[in-house]
Amino acid sequence: MKEVELNTTTINFGPQHPAAHGVLRLVVELEGEVVQRAEPHIGLLHRGTEKLIEYKTYLQAVPYFDRLDYVSPMCQEHAFALATENLLGINVPKRAQYIRVIFAEITRILNHLLNIPAYAADIGAVTPFLWCFEEREKLLEFHEAVSGARFHAAYFRPGGVHQDMPEGMEEKLFEHFKTLPKFIDDLESLLTNNRILRQRSVDIGIISKSEAIEWGCSGPVLRSTGVAWDLRRSQPYDAYDQVDFEVPVGKKGDCFDRYLVRIEEMRQSISIINQCLNKIKPGPISIEDNKITPPKRNQMKKSMEALIHHFKLFTEGYRVPAGQVYSAVEAPKGEFGVYLVSDGSSKPYRCKIRAPGFAHLQTLDHLSKGHLMADIAAILGSLDIVFGEIDR
Amino acid sequence: MIKILTKIDGINNLLENNNLLEIEFEKNNIIKIFDELKDNTELNFNQLLDITAVDYPSREFRFDMIYILQSLTKNKKIILKTFIKENENIQSITNIHKSADWYERECYDLFGIEFINHPDLRRIMTDYNFEGYPLRKDFPLTGHTEVRYDDLEKKVIYEPVKLTQEFRNFDSESPWEGMENNLFGDEKSTGEN
Repeated sequence: MKEVELNTTTINFGPQHPAAHGVLRLVVELEGEVVQRAEPHIGLLHRGTEKLIEYKTYLQAVPYFDRLDYVSPMCQEHAFALATENLLGINVPKRAQYIRVIFAEITRILNHLLNIPAYAADIGAVTPFLWCFEEREKLLEFHEAVSGARFHAAYFRPGGVHQDMPEGMEEKLFEHFKTLPKFIDDLESLLTNNRILRQRSVDIGIISKSEAIEWGCSGPVLRSTGVAWDLRRSQPYDAYDQVDFEVPVGKKGDCFDRYLVRIEEMRQSISIINQCLNKIKPGPISIEDNKITPPKRNQMKKSMEALIHHFKLFTEGYRVPAGQVYSAVEAPKGEFGVYLVSDGSSKPYRCKIRAPGFAHLQTLDHLSKGHLMADIAAILGSLDIVFGEIDR
Repeated sequence: MIKILTKIDGINNLLENNNLLEIEFEKNNIIKIFDELKDNTELNFNQLLDITAVDYPSREFRFDMIYILQSLTKNKKIILKTFIKENENIQSITNIHKSADWYERECYDLFGIEFINHPDLRRIMTDYNFEGYPLRKDFPLTGHTEVRYDDLEKKVIYEPVKLTQEFRNFDSESPWEGMENNLFGDEKSTGEN
């Protein structure tokens, strides 16, 4: 028998490494500098969200969704709100739908404004981080203005949104999104034609159309391969069927295409927000059924019934008819779904969260095979990994 | 589409519910069914979105296995469901859908359901050397062990959970709601006079 000498080195990448985007432990098998196998060990941030939700009422479950993918909080509340509304069989008012779309798109821009500089930082650029964080801060102020919190908003609730936008908010948003396209142009002038960025990302981590579908990829990762698949377009929810937008697609499905798709998505988001601002009209922001949404504070001072409703809603919560449902939204990272089972009580019997990052990270071994060790950082960055949602 | 689906062997029950198809199928035919769903050009369910389970401890068939599939060409989602007993296992579908790999590992980790022919069935979410299956209904919410860094031993140690206050699960079901109004004399209040 012939003896084969294995000349591989195994190294441990993470769980504490700035390019691991959180707590990812990656066991990498290298031959020289070439990756033979990359095996992610996940679960270091596992908090048992799904188990916790089984012990909370539907309303108490909302804040857990902010803490999954903590850079795009509102999109995830959106999925849960849609699932619960589907089980309850209710439709939210028009104004609430527009507000949700506006803030879902602001969240998308926020997410991409974090991912793009983080990706650039992984492959050597520092400045975009400083630029983008300034813009993010301005957008987070809008989050704060409507919900009181910059990140953990708990703003999209089953039945509508928590409260109306403050007065003059539409104009402020409109003014702000006049300036943002200029910023995106500036950002692009810094990155898109940058030689280092291109050298580090063109033809790195290529995934083909069929492979991307096969591996369960969605969002920018799937679109970068050339599949024009966007849940906002193909299975529209809330007011997405009222707005007109383009679905950017890539050609090759490499890291650079994923970056370009994200840049273009920000421009489309701005266009969606502007259309919504033109169409939004004053009106109720949540369904006017006090069995599901709490009564106004001033009603509670006078009306006994309102007080009882308030008490019941915040102790027992509302009961949801028995059944099962799967609702998905196009979160900034891809298809974020909630599979909800109700047994007719006021707590979910089972709540399974479908995180896009989970499917994307699974492809890492496939994407990084044959690349250099340094490319792993680029591939990880371009997949837009956030451990809050992967580990749940 | 529904016609074609009902023709497939082993599919029992089919429900359509707001653009979402819910299907119950026989556990033993799983490979055949998933092959058919993926390869039939009329169906073309080419993307596996999720695999999960739901635990009903009081039932003989304890777990509902849930598979969520999506067809990108037909723009349709389906939920497939089958029932398995506590110590039963089920065929892995990793040969049909690559993404099933981690989903099945997660299901094994959190529910203890074993998948036959899975290439690498290890725990994925929980800690190294974890014991028990956390998403089963009989697993306590607070868990069994907790970790902390011990200053004397200079390492992280595992201890049984000590709570200063027991976890309280309030039963907020109201005894008043839905009560039949059959108190003597009350019928007069709703009577015609």
